Amino acid sequence: MSLDTRDTDPRPGTGPERHTRELVRLEQVSKRFGDRTVLDRLDFSVDAGKHVTLIGPSGSGKTTILRLLMTLAKPDEGTITVDGRTLYPAPEKQVREIRKNIGMVFQQFNLFPNMSVLRNITEAPVTVLGMSKDAAEERARELLELVGLSEHLDKRPGQLSGGQQQRVAIARALAMRPQVLLLDEVTSALDPELVAGVLDVLRDIARSTDITMLCVTHEMNFARDISDQVLMFDSGRVIEAGPPEKIFSDPEHDRTREFLSAVL
Amino acid sequence: MNWDWNAVADFMPHFWDGLLVTLEILVLGSLISFVLGLVWALLSRLPSRWVRWPVGAVTEFVRNTPLLVQLFFLFYVLPEWGLTFSALTTGVIGIGLHYSTYTMQVYRAGIEAVPAGQWEAATALNLPRLRTWTAVILPQAVRRVVPALGNYVISMLKDTPLLMAITVLEMLGEARLFSQQNFHFTEPLTVIGVAFVVISYLASLLLRTLERRLVP
Amino acid sequence: MTSGLWELVLQGVWVTIQLLVLSALLATAVSFVAGVARTHRLWIVRFLAGLYTEVFRGTSALVMIFWVFFVLPPAFGWQLVPLWAGTLALGLTYGAYGAEIVRGALSAVDPAQQEGGIALSFTPWQRMRLILLPQAVPEMIPPFSNLLIELLKGTALVSIMGMGDLAFSGNLVRLALQESAEIYTYVLLVYFVIAFLLTRVMRGLEKRLKAGVGKAPAPRTEKAAAQPAGAGGGLR
Repeated sequence: MSLDTRDTDPRPGTGPERHTRELVRLEQVSKRFGDRTVLDRLDFSVDAGKHVTLIGPSGSGKTTILRLLMTLAKPDEGTITVDGRTLYPAPEKQVREIRKNIGMVFQQFNLFPNMSVLRNITEAPVTVLGMSKDAAEERARELLELVGLSEHLDKRPGQLSGGQQQRVAIARALAMRPQVLLLDEVTSALDPELVAGVLDVLRDIARSTDITMLCVTHEMNFARDISDQVLMFDSGRVIEAGPPEKIFSDPEHDRTREFLSAVL
Repeated sequence: MNWDWNAVADFMPHFWDGLLVTLEILVLGSLISFVLGLVWALLSRLPSRWVRWPVGAVTEFVRNTPLLVQLFFLFYVLPEWGLTFSALTTGVIGIGLHYSTYTMQVYRAGIEAVPAGQWEAATALNLPRLRTWTAVILPQAVRRVVPALGNYVISMLKDTPLLMAITVLEMLGEARLFSQQNFHFTEPLTVIGVAFVVISYLASLLLRTLERRLVP
Repeated sequence: MTSGLWELVLQGVWVTIQLLVLSALLATAVSFVAGVARTHRLWIVRFLAGLYTEVFRGTSALVMIFWVFFVLPPAFGWQLVPLWAGTLALGLTYGAYGAEIVRGALSAVDPAQQEGGIALSFTPWQRMRLILLPQAVPEMIPPFSNLLIELLKGTALVSIMGMGDLAFSGNLVRLALQESAEIYTYVLLVYFVIAFLLTRVMRGLEKRLKAGVGKAPAPRTEKAAAQPAGAGGGLR
């Protein structure tokens, strides 16, 4: 089964380049809702192929970052670049072009109830990327096998459990072969017994692909497993960053320690 | 397109006459529909199906058939039965009756929206049935239904020209009469068209204000 | 009633049905164009669509009919065949109400569905076509069903312009027979039967469309009254 995210990209995995190429960059990004500042002149970047987890108390701006990258919201100030091209501020046409390289999995799945599982996955590759219907379906079948839902492809999203829906949503995002995958609290809406299945699929993807992942989660074990880097957020700023071993076992910042002792 | 302001000026006295009649129809028709609609709504809640069923059938029939034909019916049939009213009265009865089948649905929804706990509380206090309705249920229901009733008043306004067909000289009737006598069609029809848009717009603004007051 | 008079009534039914079908088609087209335009990202498009709905909902259908029959011909130099004039007036008037139904149903689709579409890089039009409309259309059927009944009742208005529809044939027969009660009862019954059949068809359609998005049809009670004030509730 092929899980390459880009047909053309060589798999960087081993070369030094993997650690140097910057894929996502936010510079001096601020976002306010009314008079509440959610992000405060934030700077941070993610290298290609890295898995970065954003942790922190709710309301600290983690999800907002994903929404800015997905262009679901616009920053009030600052610039955002993806793979060297400006995503914000940029003309609409360029935004659309760059957006094709970004995929997102939502807390509430956001599957389309009017389409079958299969068509949820094939629709965008066909209409947006111009892939042939056959190729898109073949790819969708592979992805459904990966997430363990091969037998459900003709069902409607409403007929599946939350965990199954979320796995379809993951397959749908992967079908676009994104360079960057944004995961927004993907297990928060699930019943506890369904969480493990979704996380297993994500672990699998993290291990076997070179997709850059940006992940907002409250599942600290999962974050420890898959992350190359963990960013601790508080009040719209990154207060601590580092490899998971460091952050989880030996945090430097008091707020980080408080937060971790509350959630672990 | 030739537009003659003199024709507009000549039409205006007739316009005011027509407007007055239109508003008269609207006020009386609304009153009939408010009262009759409530009667239908209450009757359709009675336990006896010998009442509920005919009320349901009649109102369904009236609601699903054209007001215009109903007006013809009343205008030509009532005199045959020995009931002679003026055209205006006939028209007001017709439009009021027609709209009562809509206001009935509004009342019913309003009554059903009163929480069940209110009925239970009234029972617990041993309030008589009539008192429960007049003191507990209806006051709460009416508050909820005012916006929807108001919408039907605005709709009724736009149906008042139908009374022209039974010789009532409301706005459209006046406009037609003026057109036939003076061979100016464009001006009077446009004047009343604008009048309808303006009146219904103002009415909807008024209604929105009222709605904010009533539904905090 | 003689068979000749019955024939007159049947001809009237036929004209009414023609007018109903044509104006329903026009109204549907106008509803979707204006309703979708009201969600457009350019304010001028939204404004124009809003202006159209406000003006045509604000005026009376019968005044519109008079306007199309008497003002359009001298003003623009084209005289429409009565059937088309009636279709135009009814289609534009009821289309304005329909546009509100379409706009309402579109805005009732969960915004998260839009976000799902953006995340997959669909263009605004692709999101409308593939995601919003398929989910919104089934929700539109009950209010459209009510609107269709209103339109059926509205077709009677053309009889005032001398078009030989069902209501007009009733007037002719009354003149011939001097039997008002009987003939108008028949005419009202025919309208009622048509309305009943239309309601049935629309309910079947709703069932099928809702099955298409994996939903059960709404319970049928109090459709008209349950609508929020200002949407379809204030139709007539």
